[in-house]
Amino acid sequence: MVGGLALLLVFQLAGDLIATLTGIPIPGPVIGMLLLFLVLLVRTRVPEGLERASSGLLSMLSLLFVPAGTGIVAYLALIRQEWLPIAAALVGSTLLTIGVTAVTMQTLAAVGHPREPHDAT
Amino acid sequence: MRPNPTAWSALLYGPLLWLTVTLLVYQAAQALHTRTRSAWLNPVLVSIVVMTAILLVTQTPYDGYAEATSLIHFLLGPATVALAVPLYHRLNRLKSLLGPIAGALVVGALAASLSAIGLGKLLGASDTALLSLAPKSVTTPIAMGIAEKIGGQPSLTAVLVILTGIIGAVGGIPVLDLLHIKDASARGFAMGLAAHGIGTARAFQIDEETGAFSGLGMGLNGIVTAIIIPVLVELLHLVG
Repeated sequence: MVGGLALLLVFQLAGDLIATLTGIPIPGPVIGMLLLFLVLLVRTRVPEGLERASSGLLSMLSLLFVPAGTGIVAYLALIRQEWLPIAAALVGSTLLTIGVTAVTMQTLAAVGHPREPHDAT
Repeated sequence: MRPNPTAWSALLYGPLLWLTVTLLVYQAAQALHTRTRSAWLNPVLVSIVVMTAILLVTQTPYDGYAEATSLIHFLLGPATVALAVPLYHRLNRLKSLLGPIAGALVVGALAASLSAIGLGKLLGASDTALLSLAPKSVTTPIAMGIAEKIGGQPSLTAVLVILTGIIGAVGGIPVLDLLHIKDASARGFAMGLAAHGIGTARAFQIDEETGAFSGLGMGLNGIVTAIIIPVLVELLHLVG
């Protein structure tokens, strides 16, 4: 568990280092996640300590957003002023994205496997 | 006997009090969600609303609260790295659909950020709101990191991301039915790409395959969006 946590921190540190040194605007932890993902693809095995540390952290992931999200207290005025464009953008964009993504994927899959019928309801 | 003022303020602004309050509020919100099963009573959203109310009522400055709970906030970094593990497990299982997945990923990631920016701009949202809206479909830790990088407000983004997840979980399936999308893979992938973990939880209620593809959509979109949004912001001349 401690070994797994150390491994996660090592990858985060590597990601932060790369982000700082190269100036690319991707968050350091995302680069760290990508690096770990590539290492797992090459090694084709997840060490047990890493498995436990990551599932432990991810099981309380929701809690980790609470302090940051509470920062909304500083933006109540902005939300009061711009609630309409924000709400419209959220609803419109989310539903549009679901539709566009699903249509693209189903169409491409049908092109790739033309024999497979998809008409069963 | 009056308390020593220094000790008193150490208690009021120290980690112990606020970590305790945050965990208790979250625990209660979690229990409420388990009992009602309502998507609108999302535990994160409820916790944030309650904590905001507590800070306002007790007139506690947010900076003090943020510092006291920095331990929780710190764990977001390693938790983001940890997302690689479930992503690896899923990708390994779902190698057969790599072509359609890649196509849907690029189209979906562009649609998610461009339509949010476009709709917001059209209706007169400020640059701060636009930059905070742009990563709304991505899982919260990644979205907050993106918002910070491009000059948005990470805490505003956190709340917008959660609302996006709820909207997707509630409205996603009707949209997919309306469009006659029948493949579980396409339905799940779209839910996770657009509505991250909350959409994925909804997808798992349908079946295991829909849920697994949803988790895959969530993970891959996190990576792709982190790469394309800074480029889009530059191209659209949105200055943070």
